[in-house]
Amino acid sequence: MSSKQRILILFAHPSPHRSEVNRPMFVASKSLAHVTAVDLYREYPTFCIDIDREQQRLREHDVLIFHFPLYWYSTPSLLKEWQDLVLEYGFAYGHEGKALAGKQFMCALSASGPEKAYHADGYNHFTIRELLQPLEQMADFVGMTYLPPFTLFGARSAVEDKRLSRHIAQWTALLNGLGDRAWHGHNWDDVITINAWVTQHMEERI
Amino acid sequence: MTSILVQAFIYLCAAVLMVPLAKRLGLGSVLGYLIAGVVIGPLAGWVGQETATIQHFAEFGVVMMLFLVGLELEPRMLWDMRHRLLGLGGLQMAATTAVLASIAMILGLMWSEALTVGVIFSLSSTAIVLQTFNEKGLAKTEGGRAAFSVLLLQDIAVIPVLALIPLLALPELQVAAELVNDVAQHHDELSLVAHLPAWATALVVLVTVGALIAAGHYLSRPLFRFVAESGLHEVFTAAALMLVIGIAALMSLIGLSPALGTFLAGVVLANSEFRHELEADIEPFKGLLLGLFFITVGAGIQFGVLAADWPSIVGLTLALMLVKMTILWVLSTAFHVHASNRWLFALSLAQAGEFGFVLVGFSVAQHVIPVDLAQKLSLVVALSMFLTPLLFIVFERVIQPRYQRRDDETEADEIDEQGTVIIAGIGRFGQIINRLLIANGVTTVVLDFRALQVDRLRSVNVKSYYGDASRMDLLETAGIREANALVVAIDDQARAVELVQRVKHTYPHVYILARAYDRRHLYELNHAGADHVISETYLSALQMGGDVLARLGYHPFRVEQLKRQFRSAEHAYFEELFQTWRGEGDISGFSDHYKQLFMKMDSELIHAMQIDRADQHSRSERGWTPPPKSYLKEMGG
Ligand SMILES: Cc1cc2nc3c(=O)[nH]c(=O)nc-3n(C[C@H](O)[C@H](O)[C@H](O)COP(=O)(O)O)c2cc1C
Repeated sequence: MSSKQRILILFAHPSPHRSEVNRPMFVASKSLAHVTAVDLYREYPTFCIDIDREQQRLREHDVLIFHFPLYWYSTPSLLKEWQDLVLEYGFAYGHEGKALAGKQFMCALSASGPEKAYHADGYNHFTIRELLQPLEQMADFVGMTYLPPFTLFGARSAVEDKRLSRHIAQWTALLNGLGDRAWHGHNWDDVITINAWVTQHMEERI
Repeated sequence: MTSILVQAFIYLCAAVLMVPLAKRLGLGSVLGYLIAGVVIGPLAGWVGQETATIQHFAEFGVVMMLFLVGLELEPRMLWDMRHRLLGLGGLQMAATTAVLASIAMILGLMWSEALTVGVIFSLSSTAIVLQTFNEKGLAKTEGGRAAFSVLLLQDIAVIPVLALIPLLALPELQVAAELVNDVAQHHDELSLVAHLPAWATALVVLVTVGALIAAGHYLSRPLFRFVAESGLHEVFTAAALMLVIGIAALMSLIGLSPALGTFLAGVVLANSEFRHELEADIEPFKGLLLGLFFITVGAGIQFGVLAADWPSIVGLTLALMLVKMTILWVLSTAFHVHASNRWLFALSLAQAGEFGFVLVGFSVAQHVIPVDLAQKLSLVVALSMFLTPLLFIVFERVIQPRYQRRDDETEADEIDEQGTVIIAGIGRFGQIINRLLIANGVTTVVLDFRALQVDRLRSVNVKSYYGDASRMDLLETAGIREANALVVAIDDQARAVELVQRVKHTYPHVYILARAYDRRHLYELNHAGADHVISETYLSALQMGGDVLARLGYHPFRVEQLKRQFRSAEHAYFEELFQTWRGEGDISGFSDHYKQLFMKMDSELIHAMQIDRADQHSRSERGWTPPPKSYLKEMGG
């Protein structure tokens, strides 16, 4: 296996004490050596984001993952604040802003709606990948490669349906497998979520 | 006089040498005292006949210990414990007595003797067990709590047992005794009830206990407040001792156990604001006396009797401990005490206790058992006490590590169990902190040495205690050892610094948050080792400064940013200013160098807060910075 990609997970959950899905995922990711897992709401409870520090963190990693529960088809507000503050002109974009170019970007999220609702015929009318287009474009604009989102649908019943432990196993397999040969040159254009691909290519790890 | 001094010196010397040694070897202090006693008694022969007298005196340590146990137990807690107390404790005593008595009968004792032996051996040693629990931090564990309820029931049960044992008297022993008694005159104890009929005795007892509870409730507080306001610490200690000794004396006068009386008094005072102060004052006396008690146990071991009959005595001791352990083990299952706690419970209570000595002596005096049997029984009690610290070592070294591993695996990354927070000083500042914590279910222990202030807070239901928080012993009884954090919010600046210093020195793991009066005090507290210091006026002044800006027309959100920037600019200079202050060691005022540095900080602050008005783009003001106006050209359109 190639040397592991250094992964930065920015976890944003404003009420982790009530979280059933994302907090266990976060805990699982923390134990991996090549992963830096940051609890954004813990580090910046007053939204007072340390821009220099965040930029330095980005420089030190190859993969950036936004990890969050879907709130109104978007990220919780601190993650938006993080974008507004950290992705500065001259750092992330502009003539000299090339710090993120060549890195990979992915969202890992949970949504309470079922998968079939996130569809042209469903009540949410758009696929999750479509809804996350602002983030996809953000990645593109700063020169990062966009990977389709790792998504858990029906998040509010995952524990009751006993789907959570498998999801977490997939999650750690994904984090361990990022950077494997199988990833290179893959065309993600028509892939809505990365979940099926993880199952296919990393079954032996799960 | 000289001989008393020499004796005292020998006892103290043995303790001073043996106890630290025993602790260093991981044997615990109790074993240290016991060994010290053996060394100076049977081995070296430096002390001898007087041990019995001293032991009577030292038993007062047990009385004090029960007072302290009572202080820890609010009446409500006692009520909440009733199932365990009666169920677990009651069954333990009943089952152990029954099994041991049967064995004793099989070994050839008469039923009345056998029953007495059973009861005597069913008791465990509160002194050893609680002392060891505290030392090893086991008191708050599941097993520790279960053991505590059993010990408590046993201590209470001693009273009816003392009343019932005389009914088992053997006529032939009585006859023999009368012959002897004619010669050695039975000394009359001082008593109020000796010559009263039974119903009158009962009445006196009831009235006295009732009066005791009422007095504890209504009289003790004004008295303690009166003493506290004098500000003389040693008088408060005297008052505490007076209370304990007085109650013990009163109980003896009406024929009740002094231990029970002081225990009761402790429970009555458990709710009182003077609780921690009382604890801190009595604690050293208790510790010394209990130590003395253990030494006399060691010194009193009669090697002659042991040597003559050692196989049977050692055999009996081991059998006794095995039986007690088995019964405890079975009971722990019924009462859902699990895993390592179950072992702790069974191992810790397997010995016979100090009340065993008391009951043996009493039974002989009441002609229930013959003297030669009593000697053997005492030896078994002493020997089993001797073995107890070893059982604790087995628990710590062998059993606990095995369960530890399992526990570690199960509880990954859960939020740690909140401990308590001690708040020293409950003025305007401490009160707000306390209210926030209480509202969130955090347990706090609030200390203040202004009796009036404590009183006022108690009247609005804030649990607070009287006591000088800068005294280490008081903090210890308030639980600093297990506390998660200490908030220092006392007014006296010098005292606050001293307090931080001492706590950091002895309990470096306790996180200290301190309130500073001004900048210099802030540095001093930092220097003393406080982990987090806040200047009492800083945040509110900053808030009001911001309000002024808003009033002048600044956008409120921008005001927040400016305040934030102001703080972080100050923060950036903190270390340098602090080190400058430290290097100068100047107490009277800030030096010129320091002042220059301060002015430099201020001018940089002004610089940092200016923005480039033409472009609204600036590197010094970070956050939501728009790209420069020229940037579209860069992007090529
Ligand atoms: C403010 C808010 C907005 C939400 N918006 C959406 C949404 O737009 N679509 C959706 O499917 N679920 C939505 N949810 C449900 C969350 O996504 C769901 O509770 C979460 O993924 C559960 O993860 P957790 O157990 O880690 O908290 C919303 C929840 C909240 C609190």
